[in-house]
Amino acid sequence: MLAFRAVACVRGGRMLWKGVDFALGPGDAIMVTGPNGAGKSSLVRIAAGLLAPAAGVVERRGAPALLTEAHALDPELPLGRALAFWSDRARAAAALDALGLGALAGVPVRLLSTGQRRRAAMARVVAAGCALWLLDEPASGLDAAAVERLEGLIAGHRAAGGAALAVSHQPLAMAGAGAVAL
Amino acid sequence: MPLSLTRLIARDVRRAYAGGGWAWPIAFFLLACALFPFAVGPDPVLLARAGGGMLWTAALLAALMPAERLVAHDLEAGVLDQLAVRGVSAGGVAAAKTAAHWLAFAPPLMTATVPASALLGLPGDTLWRAELGLLVGTPGLAALSVAAGALVAGLRGAGAVAGLVMLPLAVPLLVFGSGVLADAPGALRLLEATSLLLTAGAPVAAGAAMRAGMG
Repeated sequence: MLAFRAVACVRGGRMLWKGVDFALGPGDAIMVTGPNGAGKSSLVRIAAGLLAPAAGVVERRGAPALLTEAHALDPELPLGRALAFWSDRARAAAALDALGLGALAGVPVRLLSTGQRRRAAMARVVAAGCALWLLDEPASGLDAAAVERLEGLIAGHRAAGGAALAVSHQPLAMAGAGAVAL
Repeated sequence: MPLSLTRLIARDVRRAYAGGGWAWPIAFFLLACALFPFAVGPDPVLLARAGGGMLWTAALLAALMPAERLVAHDLEAGVLDQLAVRGVSAGGVAAAKTAAHWLAFAPPLMTATVPASALLGLPGDTLWRAELGLLVGTPGLAALSVAAGALVAGLRGAGAVAGLVMLPLAVPLLVFGSGVLADAPGALRLLEATSLLLTAGAPVAAGAAMRAGMG
């Protein structure tokens, strides 16, 4: 679904990483690790097609579901409606339940806590219904129970033939995941 | 999941009206028109002659006011990224934003033009020609505002820069808009042409600026 062949990333005239190779098929997962400023988020943006690689080839089939630092939900809207903008009401409600946010569907996004917002952004990924998930720090700001729920969601997504690429400097259990260190 | 542009337009229009963002440019427009007679004196002949141009100047500056916010917010909130991964082209986003800005800006402005023309003491047929000119010219102004907003999104002090970027391009609209007021021959056609050119061309530039801003 996603393949990097000798991909390099240059930001602000500086080579952040080069020669990154991996392939992600149905059911696969890849965990990208590296210190702050190593270009992990840039890797996600390149994988999503938002950023052009400085060298190498990125092959991707189908649109990915992307989780970035920003949640992209209108702060003044109730969570359920804000999420429905990106999919539809039924999918949004199901995704909220999957993230344990069903009870907060009527609460405006701006009143949510950091962890709840993070989960809401993850609900947008789930609701998108895409086979490829690109997750930039999905576990940041989450409590232990929410991290476990997230791990369960990723495992379920892979079992259903999906694939996930996650960038995280927090422990995130993904059984049999490949590793890319920047 | 395909995301239609009408949905994007509806969202932006809702945000503009619900957030009260539409009101400030209109308040500014009315204030400028209210102050003008104090500055030049209450001579009705002078006001009737110069007031229309003043009306257009105030409308142009009012259109410029929200430019800074039109794109920057969506860039920061990651909305542009999400639209891009869903396959919505940046030019399409810019066109939708132009339509939404026009819908949120032109109707209140054209409504406010009625009291504004009373403040300036404009005769009835001048008001009618001003409304006609604004109807034709505001799509071009909206497109320019979105393009300026896209260019300056992510910059500090973006409002002032947006003004500098946009004003030279808006001058033809001002010239031909004032020409329509004076009932100059062909002015309306030239205003139509200018507005059409800007409405068609500016989203392309805005889209390119948005793509560059996302990198």
